[in-house]
Amino acid sequence: MAATARDLSKVESVIQLKGVNKWFGQFHVLTDINLDVKEGEKIVICGPSGSGKSTLIRCINRLEEHQRGDIVVHGVTLSNDVKNIDAIRREVGMVFQSFNLFPHLTILDNLTLAPIWVKKMPKKEAEEIAMSLLTRVRIPEQALKYPGQLSGGQQQRVAIARALCMRPKIMLFDEPTSALDPEMVKEVLDVMIELAREGMTMLCVTHEMGFARAVADRVIFMDRGEIVEQNEPEEFFANPKNDRTKLFLGQILHNH
Amino acid sequence: MTDAMPAGERKPLAPPVDETGIIGWGRKNLFSSWGNGITTIVLIVGVVWILNWFLEWALFTANFTASTGSECRGGGACWALIREKFRYIFFGSFPYEQHWRPLFAVITMLAMLVLSADRRMWNWRLIVIWGVGSFVTFLLMFGQIHIPLSLILFVALVGGGIGLALRSALATPSERMAYYALIGIGAVGLVLRILGILPKWSIAIAPLSYVETSLWGGLPVTLILATYGLAFAFPYGILLALGRRSNLPLIKGLCVGFIELIRGVPLISLLIMASVMLPLFLPSGTTIDKFLRAQVAVILFAGAYIAEVIRGGLQSLPKGQFEAADAMGLNYAQKTLLIILPQALRVVIPPLINTFIGFFKDTSLVLIIGIFDFLNTANQALVDPNWAGFPGEVYLFAAFVYFIFCYSMSRYSKYLEVELNKGTRR
Repeated sequence: MAATARDLSKVESVIQLKGVNKWFGQFHVLTDINLDVKEGEKIVICGPSGSGKSTLIRCINRLEEHQRGDIVVHGVTLSNDVKNIDAIRREVGMVFQSFNLFPHLTILDNLTLAPIWVKKMPKKEAEEIAMSLLTRVRIPEQALKYPGQLSGGQQQRVAIARALCMRPKIMLFDEPTSALDPEMVKEVLDVMIELAREGMTMLCVTHEMGFARAVADRVIFMDRGEIVEQNEPEEFFANPKNDRTKLFLGQILHNH
Repeated sequence: MTDAMPAGERKPLAPPVDETGIIGWGRKNLFSSWGNGITTIVLIVGVVWILNWFLEWALFTANFTASTGSECRGGGACWALIREKFRYIFFGSFPYEQHWRPLFAVITMLAMLVLSADRRMWNWRLIVIWGVGSFVTFLLMFGQIHIPLSLILFVALVGGGIGLALRSALATPSERMAYYALIGIGAVGLVLRILGILPKWSIAIAPLSYVETSLWGGLPVTLILATYGLAFAFPYGILLALGRRSNLPLIKGLCVGFIELIRGVPLISLLIMASVMLPLFLPSGTTIDKFLRAQVAVILFAGAYIAEVIRGGLQSLPKGQFEAADAMGLNYAQKTLLIILPQALRVVIPPLINTFIGFFKDTSLVLIIGIFDFLNTANQALVDPNWAGFPGEVYLFAAFVYFIFCYSMSRYSKYLEVELNKGTRR
């Protein structure tokens, strides 16, 4: 069930992938990926490890370079042009599996770094935004600590706040809860669900099927570098069409 | 005591009595078994015996007042030699009545180093400290400084450029205008100077008599070679290390080539090349000061080693740090200066200081090309026939002075590690 029920076909596309191909050496990681993401859409991408799902979202902000096909984000086509890459990275926030906070900076400095240096925002304004975001992820009291002093769940919430500090239009999540102890998964998912309800466009690589059911407009299943199947979550979980999807769902749902 | 009692209400047990206090500690660590006890006693006796012999020689039977070497003979250490020669050992052939100048130069440099060791100074203050400190040091040593117009223009150009590059994000419009003005003045002035429209002119600051570098000697020479050698080699080493990891094959190739070439030859051969071979290649009439040539050789050599140490730090950072910085839209300079280097340098403090200590001592190799650093002046003090035959005292004294500097650096390394990792450890 989508949190914001509306007709997505009338909404503008913010991300378009057309015939995207990528190889790591001889290994074909992404094969002819076509994907259209509408504004405000929440997409959950799942699939077995090595299926290319992380690589796919990392191509969108050029952490990985695709070799064939087009990626268009907010009307800007990704190319080797540094200006285009920078323009896209300003619009796209990213949250990593291993948080990747900067351990030598305080939480507050982690958040204000990009607004100050990339957006040239005055320090005071950046700090106000940072504090309001930390309040939103419910850890304002940790602002002056260092990342190493926080729990994994707290660090990941900081990482989300850090990405939001740039006021992105799109958020990419690369297995945001996979590195967390089980009791901390919920606090991170709650923040993500809140964000989804506020209408953020989200692409999320995750195996948290509860999260997919709660907020996703579409679930995409990838295997061996291809998009094998995609559907609304209800339909996706109830009636998987492809055999590979069935096998995968059987494996992961069995554990829950 | 029942198991149902909450953990917080349990009384902590006192540790066993025989493991606390000096006696407990000694029993546990020094005399835990027969073999251990015998080893402890033998070592204590050995240390006391050597210390006794050394103190007997160095203090109780030592001669502090003799006026010639022959009066010294027969007893313990001849410290009278150091008393007689210490001004030469410390200041070399610098004009005798002017020895206050190198003395104050050394004090200035030490003050400069101590101040810049303080982390609170690591901002614009560092530039002021080094600017003023270096100016005072070299004014005292040379006695006169001529600053040519072209150098002033060049500094304006580079200073404006660096200011603009580093502060572009934070500068107010007026500050930015100042940088543009500096760059403009520097560039236009340099062009006019090269075209010969501006005259050859220099500011002369000449309060003292001129002393050329060939008369310099002793501690100030060692300190200058080490301080400025490392101060220039450090940023240069960082650039080499970054260049070695560059994606551009040409830059990477140049950096790798340079590092391997320099590391592949002994410092002595580099010094000899700088002192003997370089003049052969220069057009006749031009001379570059020998001291400066040795200084440049030290910088090039130290830079290659420092680069490799820093590269280790760069490689130790997880890939995620680079990716997070990229994903946030930081450009290469911002990513490097704000994220990568602060972390990489922290990691390599111990090996970096180790390299610094090594180079502090390696500066003594300049004696091979006839520069009178501290070890060389100490060496020369032995030549006096009146005082022949006491090399031990002189070298012990020189070693003691080197030890003070190197041990301070070692302690500073320890302090820095703790200071920089405050709060960041779990």
